[in-house]
Amino acid sequence: MLTGRVVSVNGPIVKAAGLRGIGMFDIAEVGRDRLIGEVIRLVGEITVIQVYEDNTGLRPGDEVTSSCRPLSVLLGPGLIANIYDGIQRPLVGISEACGHYIKKGIKLSPLDTEKKWEFTPLIEAGAEVNEGDILGEIPESPLVMHKVLVPPGLSGRLTSIGAAGRYTIEDDLYTIENGAAPYQGKLAAYWPVRKPRPSRSKKKPFIPLMTGQRVIDTFFPIARGGTATIPGGFGTGKTMTQHALAKWCNADIIVYIGCGERGNEMTDVLTEFPKLIDERNGRPLIERTVMIANTSNMPVPAREVSIYTGVTIAEYYRDMGYSVAVMADSTSRWAEALRELASRLGDMPAEEGFPPYLATRLAEFYERAGLVETLSGVDGDISIIGAVSPPGGDFSEPVTQHTSRFVRCFWALDKILADARHYPSISWIDSYTEYLHDIEGWWKDLDADWLTIRAQVMAILLEDNRLQQVVKLVGSDAMPPAQQFTLFVADMIKNAFLQQNSFDPVDKYCPPEKQLKLLKAILDLHTTGEDLVRCGATVKEISALEVVSEMVRLKSEVPNNELERIDDYRKRLAAGLASLKEKIQKG
Amino acid sequence: MTAEIEYTTLSGISGPLIFVEGVKGVGYGEIVEIRDKSAEVRIGQTLEVDEDRAIVQVFEGTSGLSVKDVRVTFVGRSLEIPVHRDMLGRVFDGLGRPIDGAPQVITDNLMNVNGLPVNPWSREYPRDFIQTGISAIDGMNTLIRGQKLPIFSGSGMPHNLIAAQIARQARILNAEEEFTVIFAAMGVKFDMARFFIDSLEESGVLTHSAIFLSLADAPSIERLITPRVALTLAEHLAFEEGMHVLVIMTDMTNYCESLRELSSSRGEIPSRKGYPGYLYSDLAAIYERAGRLKGINGSITQVPILTMPSDDISHPVPDLTGYITEGQIVLERELFNKGIYPPIAGLPSLSRLMKDGIGEGRTRSDHAQNAAQLFASYAKVKRIRALAAIVGEEELSELDKIYLRFGTAFEERFLRQGDEENRSIIETLDLGWQMLSLLPKEELYRVRMEDIQRYYMPQQEVQEAASCRL
Repeated sequence: MLTGRVVSVNGPIVKAAGLRGIGMFDIAEVGRDRLIGEVIRLVGEITVIQVYEDNTGLRPGDEVTSSCRPLSVLLGPGLIANIYDGIQRPLVGISEACGHYIKKGIKLSPLDTEKKWEFTPLIEAGAEVNEGDILGEIPESPLVMHKVLVPPGLSGRLTSIGAAGRYTIEDDLYTIENGAAPYQGKLAAYWPVRKPRPSRSKKKPFIPLMTGQRVIDTFFPIARGGTATIPGGFGTGKTMTQHALAKWCNADIIVYIGCGERGNEMTDVLTEFPKLIDERNGRPLIERTVMIANTSNMPVPAREVSIYTGVTIAEYYRDMGYSVAVMADSTSRWAEALRELASRLGDMPAEEGFPPYLATRLAEFYERAGLVETLSGVDGDISIIGAVSPPGGDFSEPVTQHTSRFVRCFWALDKILADARHYPSISWIDSYTEYLHDIEGWWKDLDADWLTIRAQVMAILLEDNRLQQVVKLVGSDAMPPAQQFTLFVADMIKNAFLQQNSFDPVDKYCPPEKQLKLLKAILDLHTTGEDLVRCGATVKEISALEVVSEMVRLKSEVPNNELERIDDYRKRLAAGLASLKEKIQKG
Repeated sequence: MTAEIEYTTLSGISGPLIFVEGVKGVGYGEIVEIRDKSAEVRIGQTLEVDEDRAIVQVFEGTSGLSVKDVRVTFVGRSLEIPVHRDMLGRVFDGLGRPIDGAPQVITDNLMNVNGLPVNPWSREYPRDFIQTGISAIDGMNTLIRGQKLPIFSGSGMPHNLIAAQIARQARILNAEEEFTVIFAAMGVKFDMARFFIDSLEESGVLTHSAIFLSLADAPSIERLITPRVALTLAEHLAFEEGMHVLVIMTDMTNYCESLRELSSSRGEIPSRKGYPGYLYSDLAAIYERAGRLKGINGSITQVPILTMPSDDISHPVPDLTGYITEGQIVLERELFNKGIYPPIAGLPSLSRLMKDGIGEGRTRSDHAQNAAQLFASYAKVKRIRALAAIVGEEELSELDKIYLRFGTAFEERFLRQGDEENRSIIETLDLGWQMLSLLPKEELYRVRMEDIQRYYMPQQEVQEAASCRL
């Protein structure tokens, strides 16, 4: 244990002397309240510490102590359905201990130390075990079977293992010997947040992460193990999109990081997720969710570390062979925390005051995503979806620009769409994905023509975008009928397919099969309609057909388990268009 | 309190900052008392401390101070103000001292003005609809109890009139609970503050209001404390006394400018437009004090007002505010020039908490769809107007012309209302349907079929309804 004293205080940055031997990123306890801080710089005799709590009243001369351990999270059963602040303090526990406000210097175990978990060993004492091997299982929640693994970097002979039964995270569970001192294992162990957990190898992602959001799944899909960013100015629906993904994407585990965002939004997640039922398994969504909430009014340094806390927890579940999705909302707040601390340290600024190491830090963070072969030899993956809040909605700012270099999916939110309450307001012109060909195989198993259908619909949207430039100048009525029809179909795609209501009981989640069927219905209208226009029908005649105006309501009126109704609809649509054709040819 | 040492060792003064040398044992964020020759006391706070030096910001400004003859005392605690429900009906300065001639309220309940961060777990998600009687707000950008919903305005626009109207008319549907109003003015002119006080007085709201004034002629640094003082009282009234408090803060742009002034005197690295990099966190510390807490009846609803320099919504102040608050009410110069009151812009305005506070059992089951359709149709009007400006109205299609008529009716009859006119939510929704009924049914794709059957009016009725209103 090292002891030193404070020499200066500038906001959350504290300089201390007399801590010779302390390491970078080690934890220090500062002042009478023993506030938690992390060493971020060492200059001669001076140790620079960022303090994760409000340090008002801290004085030069106050004591600083450190046990020279890096900032770590406690990994074990009980993480699921829990909510933590940026340094993994349990918010429920804090509220029980000190009421509605977060008081200084409070220290609580992140995991329940008294709860007994039902452990079933899967291996017998005496076996040779390697790092990552599965020792046993615990049903952590009805949705998550928690696997107890041999910690990374450890192998040897399993000399003892607890029998099936109930254990707390503090009970001794197993012993591993490999010549050195025996390792006494428990259900939970610490891992430093800034150090990625190891895996055997990285693999190329090939399965799409199904989100149930049509514009994403069909047009800009992300693979399991992929990275995506959602940039958008305020009011464009970043958080709503993140919430929709957290609710409906088919990952096994969701880690939701509210980083410097609104308190009420976290409350929304907290009150809604226990009530929302996942249609796929009939269980509340909270049973697969871990939440990190460091809202905008909580101390800034803890915001900086919250995304590492989140991704380390994600890696822990990945190592058990799960598919994990991390939502970070918003990485801009994280970058701003970095900027604020850099400025207090007197670092030379690069673009817009951000420190020069912003890009490196972003790259390191997104690199922790991926599909991997875990140490136990199974596949596990982490997808990271980071929201970005560009000032003034301007995508040329540093955080958006650097992020787009390191992610492979770019879901650009469009202010004009959001203003018209077209949600999700993901622009089909500015967004892109690089996973299309990685996951093509999966979709082709569902329908061999998927890629063609997608391309046809996209072509209509791009044509529409081009035509809109002309429409702005002359109005749509002055356009040739064929082009008017293209505009009409494009509008149909926007309203009947791209626009999705996340509060509608049916429309909130759209399975891939339904997405395909809707697209086919739209393409039916396009192909047959073009022919009709050539025969002399006007767009007005086509749009006035009852069956055509019905199309826009299919997404919400056809339940997801009665998809054959869309097939019926396509028949009625064909009949309706055919009779119009007959009428025109007669008349 | 330990014996206080007086220091006379000032080494420099820069803007609102003084530098004191040779100090020992001074805490970060501590309150400082500064006495000049005439023994007048000013209040300050330490911003940075090291082993023998402290940097202090002086809330009342440094004008008239010199490095000689100044005595500085470190009080050993952070800034606290007395809070009590007797403070209602009173007027205070920007630091919370009475200026209405009556003595300071006597209480030993002192609260730190900086507050403490609320545990997100302890928040209660706001769901109670507040009827403001203004259609553009109630119908399309609903205010919810516990929400922070700012008004983004521009110079000359009637934001104060709207805020006063909200303060007078705000009430919870089916409940007799009234709002307590706390008004914090930062760097605004006296006439404006007077207007507000008079308006509250006329409607009899003043007796349960508290007013904090840091007027334009007060030292700019004082503004940094004013909203905190106001919110500290609000927290006491809401969470200790169980009242529903509406906090109106104007003008947040002045607040941010004071922060910029302070930051630049400290020589900090600026981010956008010279504002400090921590502007977001600093604003969040104010705005996030709105809300509700589990198991407590009271609430704090914030309506901050800010003027956007040259009506630019991407200016750092409105931009960062919009990222923290739960939506925004944007005033539009174009509507204002047309003489429409309230000139609430249809499209960029937004209430994020609206979705859970409206609908069946709260307002009416068609509310969400009604609002969504009005937004979508009005967005189309904007596009058609842009086109009409180029090709001329005559060249537009029949449907486009119908949309233009809808657009005008929407602005003239739905948005426009008197500053004393108090519309019920049902009136507002019915008015919305009247507007939508100007459009053909096929164009209404955001509303449910059953609602169309129920509320869509035949053309004739729309005309009649219009003529009886006029």
